[in-house]
Amino acid sequence: MAEPAVWTKKDLLGLEYLSAEEIKFILDTADSFKEVTTREIKKVPALRGKTVVNLFYEPSTRTRISFELAAKRLSADVINIAAETSSIKKGETLIDTGRNIEALKADIIVMRHNYSGSANMLARHLNMSVVNAGDGWHEHPTQALLDIFTLREKLGNIEGREVTIVGDIAHSRVARSNIWGLTKLGVRVTVCAPKMLIPVGIEAMGVSVSNNIDEALKDADAVNVLRMQFERDEQGAFPKQMEYFKKFGITEERLRKAKPELIVMHPGPINRGIEMSSEVADCPQSVILDQVTNGIAVRMAALFLVSQARDIKNENPH
Amino acid sequence: MKILIKNGRVIDPANNIDDIRDILIESTRIARIGKGLNNGADKTIDAAGKIVMPGFVDMHVHLREPGREDKETVATGTQAALRGGITTMLAMPNTIPTIDSEESARLIASIVRDTARSRVLICGAITKGRMGKVLADMARLKKEGVIAVSDDGSSVDSSDILLKAMKKAREQKMLVICHCEDKAMSAGGVMNLGANSTRLGLRGISNESEYKRIQRDIMLAQKAKCSVHIAHVSCAESIEIIAKARKKGVTLTCETAPHYFSLTEEAVFDYDTNKKMNPPLRTARDRDAVRRGLVDGVIDVIASDHAPHTVAEKEIEFDRAEFGVTGLETELGVAATHLVHTGLLSWSELVRKMALNPAKILGIDKGTLGVNKDADIIIVDPEAGWIVNAADFASKSKNSCFLNERLKGKVVKTLYRGMVAYNAD
Repeated sequence: MAEPAVWTKKDLLGLEYLSAEEIKFILDTADSFKEVTTREIKKVPALRGKTVVNLFYEPSTRTRISFELAAKRLSADVINIAAETSSIKKGETLIDTGRNIEALKADIIVMRHNYSGSANMLARHLNMSVVNAGDGWHEHPTQALLDIFTLREKLGNIEGREVTIVGDIAHSRVARSNIWGLTKLGVRVTVCAPKMLIPVGIEAMGVSVSNNIDEALKDADAVNVLRMQFERDEQGAFPKQMEYFKKFGITEERLRKAKPELIVMHPGPINRGIEMSSEVADCPQSVILDQVTNGIAVRMAALFLVSQARDIKNENPH
Repeated sequence: MKILIKNGRVIDPANNIDDIRDILIESTRIARIGKGLNNGADKTIDAAGKIVMPGFVDMHVHLREPGREDKETVATGTQAALRGGITTMLAMPNTIPTIDSEESARLIASIVRDTARSRVLICGAITKGRMGKVLADMARLKKEGVIAVSDDGSSVDSSDILLKAMKKAREQKMLVICHCEDKAMSAGGVMNLGANSTRLGLRGISNESEYKRIQRDIMLAQKAKCSVHIAHVSCAESIEIIAKARKKGVTLTCETAPHYFSLTEEAVFDYDTNKKMNPPLRTARDRDAVRRGLVDGVIDVIASDHAPHTVAEKEIEFDRAEFGVTGLETELGVAATHLVHTGLLSWSELVRKMALNPAKILGIDKGTLGVNKDADIIIVDPEAGWIVNAADFASKSKNSCFLNERLKGKVVKTLYRGMVAYNAD
């Protein structure tokens, strides 16, 4: 197991706030937890006696289950709160909800929220740890960490490699967290989408912008294909589904023009036939299910490290 | 009661005074201004080392009463004003009810009469309910003492209605104050649009949504031959447009607020809702343009846009939090720190922006220290350092964007109509 004493941050809010060394440290810690998930008994006592609260203001199945499994494999007690069933609907503010959870002596809140910056705000008002499981369009740090973990697993050293992120960049927290994490680790990132879905000034985050998927794939070592959330397109900014598939969908034909070893990633759930063809989703280059498996190890690392930071703080009150 | 303010550096730009003088106050008025006055006053205030200036005139204040007394009342807002050196303010009409009728104007006037601790002038609405559809009756508002009109918080979207309003306002000799924002462009936005709104995952409000509407309002003002005042200018393009229109001879004035010359959008990087206001904090380029505009004289006035909100409306998710910050109690300190101590403006120029110019624009006999005028006088310690502390505020609300900031320059005494109404000592 990695040496824990180095970790100083009580919260994991976004990859923007971490150094390259800290990101690598989480990934290295996840390496050792991945070994745990292959054992007959997939459980370690690292968080025994700790309580993790999954506070989800947005419906989520895969991220919540992944966090829940991660916490359970660390022997933590887990409580799931879904916005629909709690006092949130009665008008309680987020900070009050957080303070109540803190008063229950829970140790870590894992929060998914539809508004950007909610995790930052909650963390500022609480002494307990907050792990961001996705806030609005802002960040989804554990998703990016598991994407990068998977890339490292497949490529070894990722510095100097090229990753293309394709899809709704404007409204994607997965894109933002990946951009922070990858650029900090020396990966060259291209974002590719129809013009309407490229947010103003994205270049300032250190990425190249393309509106042509074939060009964006040409030199890529990996492509991270974002889910097109057509159901959230209030303003009709998205192209029609079939048109999108034609112009930006990842197909076998497009893969043939790219590097033969191009890695295909997707944070899920996949819209087969919209972002990528079924054949691509199931092809040998696709690491989509590895991402799901790795998500548990990465989230175990995240939960473990933030809890360590807390302990260090409590042991050294001065 | 006679009060003598002695040995202070008196700054009164209307009379070209910036010199050590004494001021004798008799009852509510200034009786004499001169050197070495010694006429057996009942009370002497030693202002040595301090600056004595006319009480400030803040032409953009939200008092929230009637309707939202949980945020602010006329009593608490005017007390906050006295702490900030403001003796006269213009209260915006977006109360509940909106100040758009004889009845509502009488209501606010009676509350002011009964509870105000400093002078409150009333701004009425341009349209009924500030909905931009039906004109408020300006003649009647004027009879009830309303001196200006604004749909502040909203812009009148219909050019036709605004043009009619401007023509009416001209007939009534009332000032039109324009909140310039094209909500079709800015809707849903919560911070400045640009690389940083992208990074933070927040919807942006473009400069364009402000300056395009300023362009339109100037064009309508020219047509109506009506004098207009542009509220809370925040970006470089707006200032350019206003400067150009002025050169062409359009009667046009404008204001900015302290946060636009002291802060940038970087202040919202941690999603601090006390930095959320409309228009939003912009880039360093815009902040510098606002500073230049103040120095060049394109921007006539500094006004607080004091917008109190409760904790429940502010300590929530950034997207959901109300727009607006308090400002009455910090504006002098912020202006002194960022404009005077940095050498951009002299004290005399600052007094113009915060007292004389707004008084002239509103057509009121304030903002100067002449004999026989109301003794609205403030005494400022230009070198006093202080830290903005929410617990010290007289305002009911604590949503200042300058909390915990260190400022230099502080109001030590405010005299309102000859009485020491605020005393920091």
